[in-house]
Amino acid sequence: MNRYSVFSLIREGLRGHSGWKPVWRDAEPKAAYDCVIIGGGGHGLATAYYLAKLHGMTNIAVVEKGWLGGGNSGRNTTIIRSNYLYDESAAIYNHALHLWEGLSRELNFNIMMSHRGVINLAHDDGEMRQLKRRVEANRLNGVDAEWLDAKQVKEFCPILNASPDIRHPVLGGTLQRRGGVNRHDAVCWGYARAADDLGVDIIQQCEVTDIRVEAGAVVGLETTRGSIRTPKVASVAAGHTSVIASMVGLRLPIESHPLQALVSEPIKPIHPCVVMSNAIHVYCSQSDKGELVIGAGIDPYISYTQRGSLDIIEHQMAALVELFPMFSRLRMMRQWGGIVDVCPDASPIISKTPVKGFYVNGGWGTGGWKATPGSGHVFAHTIAKDDPHPIAAPFAIDRFHSGRLVAEHGAAAVAH
Amino acid sequence: MFVIPCPYCGERDQSEFTYAGEAHIARPEWDDAMTDEQWAEFVFMRSNPKGVYAERWVHTAGCGKFFNVIRNTATDEILAVYEIGSEPPKVAARLPATPSGEALGSGNDAVKVVASHEEVRS
Repeated sequence: MNRYSVFSLIREGLRGHSGWKPVWRDAEPKAAYDCVIIGGGGHGLATAYYLAKLHGMTNIAVVEKGWLGGGNSGRNTTIIRSNYLYDESAAIYNHALHLWEGLSRELNFNIMMSHRGVINLAHDDGEMRQLKRRVEANRLNGVDAEWLDAKQVKEFCPILNASPDIRHPVLGGTLQRRGGVNRHDAVCWGYARAADDLGVDIIQQCEVTDIRVEAGAVVGLETTRGSIRTPKVASVAAGHTSVIASMVGLRLPIESHPLQALVSEPIKPIHPCVVMSNAIHVYCSQSDKGELVIGAGIDPYISYTQRGSLDIIEHQMAALVELFPMFSRLRMMRQWGGIVDVCPDASPIISKTPVKGFYVNGGWGTGGWKATPGSGHVFAHTIAKDDPHPIAAPFAIDRFHSGRLVAEHGAAAVAH
Repeated sequence: MFVIPCPYCGERDQSEFTYAGEAHIARPEWDDAMTDEQWAEFVFMRSNPKGVYAERWVHTAGCGKFFNVIRNTATDEILAVYEIGSEPPKVAARLPATPSGEALGSGNDAVKVVASHEEVRS
């Protein structure tokens, strides 16, 4: 792998950038692998990277039906935070945040990680109590969290409408300074480049059509580019997790919904942080290109169409203009939907399954991006050792009949 | 956005309706022998198919009545609407050529769904 540095940049600059090479091979599927990962998004590529790097499993492949990072990795709002209420969630999201902090250096790829701070607004007394409780819970778990009163919120984000006259006035908010945003494509490409360098085959435009199971154990895959023998299959298919699981006859508590987001036309830097509001329900940040990136909640029905209803967009635009009246004349440039796999307790499934050799990482719902490196790291351990990583253990499938749910609906600092 | 033909009021925008989950999930009869797994199956496990799917809607901003809909979740086409308590009718749906519902190599654009074969749901 050609390492990137200021010197490589100068050298290429002097010879007209003619020496850059593709950063991963366009691999042909081999007849057999030790493990095949289904899904070439951030989580899948991270899983492959950590399997190869930390567990020595280099005879593995990532199969992706489209292109790398073209699913939910390319459709989220890239908000990074770890201020979850419950211990289990704080553990995994904070594990991810630690990995984010060193990821550009580790991958030798600039993921444009910007720790600009994430504010969660409180608009009524009940919400203030809830968010203050979460600040204390976060601190006990080693997650940085601060309570800001209305004046401090306004100081941190001067463009916010702090008027007491609005329908839901801002009474305060929590701040996680280590939170922020990053660049989704760079994360996928960085992981793909590093995994490829360790020998992982990355196979795009290769869709899994069936998983072969014999005597209760995975023996291989059928794909649109031929059969592959493998004793281990890891599904990291986000919205299509149920579709993949149905290939081995496994039923999951997951339902797939459209989640829409949109960006405005690019403007000069104006928005200093990430602002999230539960009560009015919108979240907004500004990308390095200058576009406002805006998201809110899921469409209520199940769909795989990657498009949603306009009333959801109208609602989040109304919320945006309420909080940021100065954005009222901005034009929105692009709008899209991703298919998110929602669990009943709004927590992910990172688990072994009753089918030997079939592993599931899914159910991240609306909040998977922030967990990408942590998810891949603990899932790789789970696959390699055939035993859950301690951080992944609470997210096993059996919690749905043992009753040990990690019920982050409403607790996770965002409305679902 | 799609339009739902309410069996009582006629065609209305989907935003007038509230989604009420998968249809035909019967609460199991109470039985001391029931296992936690069986109870979890009723409470949590869902079919979540990419394709023909029976679901419930309620016309919140209209008549307020519940009814069942069969919809193709790969395309959002509504294939049948029928009363609560009745059996799902047989429908024919355009199903995608691949499990994901996308033409090969198309990436993720569901608009490119290709018709492959007809499925009859009984």
